[in-house]
Amino acid sequence: MSKTYYSPSHEYVTVDGNIGYIGISDYAQQALGNVVYVDMPEDGDDLVAGEDFGAVESVKAASDLFAPVSGAVVEINEQLIDNPRLINEDAMSNWIVKVELTDPSELDKLMDEEAYRAHCEAEKH
Amino acid sequence: MEELRKTCLHDKHVGLGAQMSPFGGFDMPIQYSGIVEEHNAVRNNCGVFDVSHMGEVLVTGPEAEKYVNYIFSNDVEGLPDGGILYGMMLNHNGGVVDDLLVYKRGENHFLLVINASNIAKDVAWIEEQAKNFNVDIKNISDETGEIAVQGPEAEAALEEILAIPCKELTFYTFKELDRDGKHLIVSRTGYTGEDGFEIYADHETIRDLWDKLMASGKVAPCGLGCRDTLRFEVGLPLYGDELADDITPVEACLSMFVKLNKPEFIGREVIERQKAEGAPRKLVGLELADRAIPRHGYEVLNADDEVIGYVTTGYRGISVDKSIAAALIQTPYAVKDNELKIRIRRKTFPAKVVAKKFYKKSYKK
Repeated sequence: MSKTYYSPSHEYVTVDGNIGYIGISDYAQQALGNVVYVDMPEDGDDLVAGEDFGAVESVKAASDLFAPVSGAVVEINEQLIDNPRLINEDAMSNWIVKVELTDPSELDKLMDEEAYRAHCEAEKH
Repeated sequence: MEELRKTCLHDKHVGLGAQMSPFGGFDMPIQYSGIVEEHNAVRNNCGVFDVSHMGEVLVTGPEAEKYVNYIFSNDVEGLPDGGILYGMMLNHNGGVVDDLLVYKRGENHFLLVINASNIAKDVAWIEEQAKNFNVDIKNISDETGEIAVQGPEAEAALEEILAIPCKELTFYTFKELDRDGKHLIVSRTGYTGEDGFEIYADHETIRDLWDKLMASGKVAPCGLGCRDTLRFEVGLPLYGDELADDITPVEACLSMFVKLNKPEFIGREVIERQKAEGAPRKLVGLELADRAIPRHGYEVLNADDEVIGYVTTGYRGISVDKSIAAALIQTPYAVKDNELKIRIRRKTFPAKVVAKKFYKKSYKK
């Protein structure tokens, strides 16, 4: 059974066992508008929770990606190389990187669905 | 923080669900449906922009022509009534105070259209330089609204939806008309590389024209997001990116808008020297093979990884499906097909020097 967690900077990680799928939230893709490029790390790169690991770029601007959890990249979503718009179509199923978590206790610091929704509401006002 | 100002169409943008953002001191629409859709609407059909944030200054009086020619890089002598010139106001170092349009309304009667972000600076500059001239200067920015109707269907939109006859207007000319007691200025100008018009009038008239265009369903509301992608693809400069107080028109490749064969004007010596000897920097186009996107301020490097300039504007082109940039670089590197690099976050990417007009303009001349 997988569960999704969110960071204040609008990344999500959907966790299944010790594997995490990291992407940007639907709220984030809407705020960005047309996604035209995703700057991704490479297989084997180590992500450190809270540090940037790439960027999602809309026509207008580049938005850094911050790792919600630490882990080793085991796969990048290669579909996004030629088709970055998939993030606009469905941000939650089009994850950006798949990682092997190094410290699952970091998940405790993230928000669940409900807390994240409240976080977005607060940001709108 | 100074409070953001609102144009006369602000409530219309909010009502249309536009994404609003600060620009030049105003709360402006960046996009409605999306930058790509709006960009394509202007290239293929017709879009309307609220550009009421732009500044307007009237220069009149017995020495108006002489004065405008003193502060303006282009030459207004011989410009017919109803004619428009693009050019710059230069400072004493040859840098650009602002780029602007000058409309000649009559003998010694000019309208200067300036950038929103520079209104306070420009008006102070214009008043300061006018001390020894017999002229009247009036800043009418607050009471003047402006919309830009742009795209291949712009002429039809004006004629059919707004009932403004405009077929006879040629590129860079304007006319004035009175309708229902209101005064309008209509020019065949724009900032998109497409055919189009700009209309100046009081707030009430501008709101009425906007409503008519929206009600027609034939004209897309367009935000500043696509205004920037459109102008960039055809190589038009934006003040703050390609132009600044410390960038000269020679560096920005705009010296064709500086006329040296006219009486004394501010900035002349520097431009004359740079035209003869060359300028230290030059604005070029850069094209990347990779999909990575160069952005304003990113460093441009030579083969030895030395910083030789910076990106002024960059995008993943919309009409041009490539990652492209304008960059201000040291002149010796500004050679067509030269291989340079751009630093984008953690990596550098090869970039080739190309012409900075990435897309062909389609003006009706």
